[in-house]
Amino acid sequence: MTVAPAPATTPEALPAIKHDYLPILLPVALSALALPFVGNPTTWVTLTVAALAMGMMIFVIASGLTLVFGLMDVLNFGHGAFIAVGAYLALSVLGLLSGWVQVDSLGWNLMALGLAVTVAMIGTGLLGWAFERVIVRPVYGQHLKQILITMGGLIVAEQLIHVIWGGDQKAMALPTALRGAVVIGDVAIEKFRILAVVVGLVVFAAMLVVLNRTRIGLLIRAGVENAEMVEALGYRIRRLFVGVFAVGSALAGLGGVMWALYRETLTAAIGGDIMVLVFIVIIIGGLGSVGGCFIGAILVAMMANYTAFLLPKVALASNILLMVAILMWRPQGLYPVAKR
Amino acid sequence: MLNTLLSGDYPRSRVLTGLLVAIVVGLAFAPFLFPGAAAINTAAKVCIFIVLVASYDLLLGYTGIVSFAHTMFFGIGGYGVGLGLYAFGASWGVIALGILLALLVGVVLAFLIGLLSLRVRAIFYAMITLAVASAFLILATQFSEYTGGEDGRSFSVPPSLRPGFRLFETPVFGTVINGRILAYYLVFAAAVTLFLLALRVVNSPFGRVLQAIRENDVRAEALGYRVVYYRIVANCLAAAMAVLAGAMSAIWLRYTGPDTTLSFAIMLDILLMVVIGGMGTLYGAVVGATLFIVAQNYLQKLMGTASAATEGLPLLSKLLHPDRWLLLLGILFVLSVYFFPTGIVGRLRGKPR
Amino acid sequence: MAEPLLTLAGVHTHIGQYHILQGVDLALPRGGMTVLLGRNGAGKTTTLRTIMGLWKPSRGTVTFDGRSIGGVPTPDIAQAGIAYVPETMAVFADLTVAENMILAARSGPIDTARLDWIFGLFPALKKFWQFPAGVLSGGQKQMLAIARAIAEPRTLLLIDEPTKGIAPAIIEAMISAFAELKRETTILLVEQNFRFAASLGDHVAVMDDGRIVHRGAMADLARDEALQQRLLGLSLDAHQ
Ligand SMILES: Nc1ncnc2c1ncn2[C@@H]1O[C@H](COP(=O)(O)OP(=O)(O)OP(=O)(O)O)[C@@H](O)[C@H]1O
Ligand SMILES: [Mg+2]
Repeated sequence: MTVAPAPATTPEALPAIKHDYLPILLPVALSALALPFVGNPTTWVTLTVAALAMGMMIFVIASGLTLVFGLMDVLNFGHGAFIAVGAYLALSVLGLLSGWVQVDSLGWNLMALGLAVTVAMIGTGLLGWAFERVIVRPVYGQHLKQILITMGGLIVAEQLIHVIWGGDQKAMALPTALRGAVVIGDVAIEKFRILAVVVGLVVFAAMLVVLNRTRIGLLIRAGVENAEMVEALGYRIRRLFVGVFAVGSALAGLGGVMWALYRETLTAAIGGDIMVLVFIVIIIGGLGSVGGCFIGAILVAMMANYTAFLLPKVALASNILLMVAILMWRPQGLYPVAKR
Repeated sequence: MLNTLLSGDYPRSRVLTGLLVAIVVGLAFAPFLFPGAAAINTAAKVCIFIVLVASYDLLLGYTGIVSFAHTMFFGIGGYGVGLGLYAFGASWGVIALGILLALLVGVVLAFLIGLLSLRVRAIFYAMITLAVASAFLILATQFSEYTGGEDGRSFSVPPSLRPGFRLFETPVFGTVINGRILAYYLVFAAAVTLFLLALRVVNSPFGRVLQAIRENDVRAEALGYRVVYYRIVANCLAAAMAVLAGAMSAIWLRYTGPDTTLSFAIMLDILLMVVIGGMGTLYGAVVGATLFIVAQNYLQKLMGTASAATEGLPLLSKLLHPDRWLLLLGILFVLSVYFFPTGIVGRLRGKPR
Repeated sequence: MAEPLLTLAGVHTHIGQYHILQGVDLALPRGGMTVLLGRNGAGKTTTLRTIMGLWKPSRGTVTFDGRSIGGVPTPDIAQAGIAYVPETMAVFADLTVAENMILAARSGPIDTARLDWIFGLFPALKKFWQFPAGVLSGGQKQMLAIARAIAEPRTLLLIDEPTKGIAPAIIEAMISAFAELKRETTILLVEQNFRFAASLGDHVAVMDDGRIVHRGAMADLARDEALQQRLLGLSLDAHQ
């Protein structure tokens, strides 16, 4: 997809491209700030790794939502349903593959997990596609109805999970080889957290490649800025949107599997709990910005983990304060998306 | 006289007028018409929710903004009065002080949330209120040494509102006028007053600007109205009214806790009542709240029977289980937003607004 | 006379409850440039947006190249061969100039000869090729917006007020670019700058209150100052 070679440019009179690195420093600053309060460096490392793992999961869930909003101005309150459905689908698959899960072999464990994730992502992707058709499409451009309808969709989905899988709390056991921790010096890092960070980084990298290096990605970024102009150039933004919606739902499904494994328990309300953080993340990041979403997710997870340790009662409230502070600094979020 | 009371906003439909008159008469004479503790409880709940739902409609229906924090303000009212009575004993002074403090906290909080989210993008508001309300719920349950945590707090109300109190020696129309009945009439009178006040607000020039904003905020701004200002004021008014509804609830129940005021389930109930009754018309709040609460009482029993009767068909039986009450509501909710967006009142009035 | 390339017959357009276009009749001959004039709020932008399918006409017909395009989705209209340069330019600020052009060329990479031709028309684009479009000046964004429209050969260009807020020196450059462009494609140009319009236009249509109130050859209008005064009046004085 290269155009003709980039012509030689004359050095003088070119404007400086302003890269905005300030937000990237925020997580670093926050973790540094937390160190003296936490006191013990070992604890601090444990908390920070936990925060990174949690941040990656939140990012995986939130990235699709923020793009869906950026592209079509659709705010999907039902996103939490995909988290739960993904987790339950994986629960069923892992239940069927209990042999592969319980054997102490990383290979078999990852196979089982990979299969579970695949089923979960395909299932939630399809569900997202149907959700877009049935629930969202009739209310394009009507924010009020969108919020109400998608919220209604969430309730129905959660109740159907009750009907299908039962309402009781389920245990979501980690595969054997992923239990426990890796000890480095006197710091113990849980294996699953490392896996979560890796998965999150892979998703982020893949997303950056797609958004920056493929035509589809360029169209998505262009559409987030000005959907109308993308149509005027001859592209069907609706089709693009349905695709992004389905992929975003599949990612929520992936995030749901990870989140359930992380907590090792599962109820139909699992989506609702984390969605509050997801909303804070996409507001902090700037609605429609994937980069902002990534930094926002790490910030929120850090805040949640440090305060859970320091002042457990105010964990969520501290994130509200974080959001307030950031919105006072940048009212449109860390990376405001240029709109129209 | 009637014109002044209703601020010139008549029901404008014969059936609706009949329905409203029936509801008002039913509520006004509830202790005499429907004896028994359960019935009067239902009637009081209806009164409280009429106020709560009407205040929510001020936001959703008249201003066009979706809030998920309405139960938080309801809770602030409930806890304000409840914790005051719990800590300082049952007196009218404590009630007044509790209400005042709760109003202050509620309005300031509403102002801050509005300033934060409505200034930038109205769409932020739904997300931010959801987050703030969740945080508030967690705080209220976590700080259990002050709030009673999950269990909430039970407390006494002033003597003249207690069941043992007798206003007259002899029964009136066969009903003993005790403190509970006085408490009911206190709730009823507050509900009527607040409802009429709300009616006054939406029919004032201020209310008309709100509706203009709802229809087209860009245009309203172009006409010279500071949209943010109007939205924030509406937000504060709605919050204040919800706080008062919470106070009414605490006085009636002699209890305050997360499940009765703060829980997300109540938020959903409010949404349903507004949508089913009819957004953008306060009479919708009356009809929606009444029908919903009455239905809730009887339908859940009905579902239990139906579930038992369909024992042989496992899936159907599961779907009809009383615990799946929310499933039916959710479906009803989605369908009514699609096909019935003006609600019962909109239908009865015939033409779309 | 040959069949017109684009015909609007009795087109009405509503935006929300507002009745903006109230029966627009317009026929664009193949080749050359037609200029659409009219005071602010006359409905020029709305006319272009209606042709492009960004507003749906509530009544009347729009025919392009023998095919009815009223109510057809915007991407189909674009694929039929119409390119649009909106009043707001709508360059994708977050994308580089190169990426903007990649998207504009739907059927694949732009061939070198054409790209050189475009760089010849708008040298600034060559210089800023790898820069985000957001850092360009207003005039450069306008050039990019036009370059996007001609990244591949199109049958009809709709261009909305390209001189708005642009420095006189750049306007001069634009005149020569347009003079070359109209040899390749048919152009419908919305303009407030009468001198600019008069130096380029072959045909002219004047709008007022959502209707076409005058049609004819540009040369005739350019000669007849009384007619200019009557049709365009104050808005021109204010603009020059
Ligand atoms: N989105 C909209 N909502 C309501 N009215 C609109 C909208 N867009 C345009 N209008 C109205 O339609 C009329 C015509 O607008 P249009 O933009 O087509 O005029 P124009 O001739 O392009 O003017 P200008 O020279 O200022 O660009 C104006 O009265 C304008 O106020
Ligand atoms: Mg215009």
